[in-house]
Amino acid sequence: MNGVHDMGGMAGLGPVAPEPDEPLFHAPWEARALALTLATAAWRRWNLDASRHERELIPGPDYLRMSYYERWTEGLIALLTKRGLITAEELASGRPDPDTLKATPPMDAEAARAMIFGVGGTLRASDAPPGFAVGDQVRARNIHPAGHTRLPRYARGRRGQITRDHGPHVFPDTNAPGKGEQPKRLYQVRFEADELWGEAVGWRGAVHIDLWEPYLEPA
Amino acid sequence: MPHDAEHHDHHHEDQEPPSDMTLRVKALESLLVEKGLVDPAALDVIIETYVHDVGPRNGARVVAHAWSDPAYRARLLTDATAAIAELGYGGRQGEHMVAVENTPEVHNLVVCTLCSCYPWPVLGLPPTWYKSAPYRSRAVIDPRGVLAEFGLALGEDVEIRVWDSTAEIRYLVLPERPAGTEGLDEAALAEMVSRDSMIGVAKAANR
Repeated sequence: MNGVHDMGGMAGLGPVAPEPDEPLFHAPWEARALALTLATAAWRRWNLDASRHERELIPGPDYLRMSYYERWTEGLIALLTKRGLITAEELASGRPDPDTLKATPPMDAEAARAMIFGVGGTLRASDAPPGFAVGDQVRARNIHPAGHTRLPRYARGRRGQITRDHGPHVFPDTNAPGKGEQPKRLYQVRFEADELWGEAVGWRGAVHIDLWEPYLEPA
Repeated sequence: MPHDAEHHDHHHEDQEPPSDMTLRVKALESLLVEKGLVDPAALDVIIETYVHDVGPRNGARVVAHAWSDPAYRARLLTDATAAIAELGYGGRQGEHMVAVENTPEVHNLVVCTLCSCYPWPVLGLPPTWYKSAPYRSRAVIDPRGVLAEFGLALGEDVEIRVWDSTAEIRYLVLPERPAGTEGLDEAALAEMVSRDSMIGVAKAANR
């Protein structure tokens, strides 16, 4: 979706503000928000892509105003509510509906370690032959999906070159809305700076973006 | 230091959260625990792991080892996931790794314009500026301007490669080994490798 989260190339959002000796969390609630997000994912009622898309659905003005872990918290509440794990009434009252059964959490301390250090990832097997090879000239399609996508707006319609084949990976565009992993080939694509930003760009180099095959066409 | 005392009054792009976030998250956690949807012990383990076990010291060891062992450096640049796993690092948000090497001719810079993708097993959780709108918006269009805000000025002839990690492939910058560090052991070399040098907004420094 063409939301404010897709911000590559925008201006006017302020200076970068590195913070010397920044703490890992700026308040204890940030740590709890992170942990709640990771622990509730064990219910498998949504996947990583759905979780990311939920944060993208936060209205633009709110998205820009919120801190990072505020977005995580609001995204998590939206997922929990939409999937029926909690109700708005329960959150407002802070008390569980007495009619709901007490469940057993799928993630205990041991499972939490396994979740952090275990082997996961998005690489999948696929019989489909690669549509492109390293060195091929491609163009990012000028598409504007209404849902979750990993094709940034600034690359659409631009020419690039395949620099690496990462193999078939879970396709976020279908995985986010629950339409399945549908693995597609993922390529690293090099876009020259002047192709993206025009000849007056003022620096020599390139931006590399990892893009799935459906995002690309031969150029 | 007065600077530190004023610190929390500084305006950040990602504004300070409203004070009710503490209450909102606490209410959410109590509700989820009471319904049996989360185990508080799991929450504590997750937080403790990222506070104590997973952070940029891991990445610094990878870099120092690559500086010291040419065969390891070659493996890191060919198959970073496997090479990083050799040192015992891997897992969530770093299942598929690529390492990119800085040289006198090429400088690499990592960003995620769409959200906050970052190689957790080797760098830990990302700093706020990495997740902020100013960095995400400008790193791809004005990397030299962004680097200048970090105090890093590169020669005009240096090629800049920005890595917009929008997929699940996570990027680690292998910074240049500082001059005058011949003969140092890996522990001493790792001390020179900052988190920022592995994102590409700084150089490794012989401090």
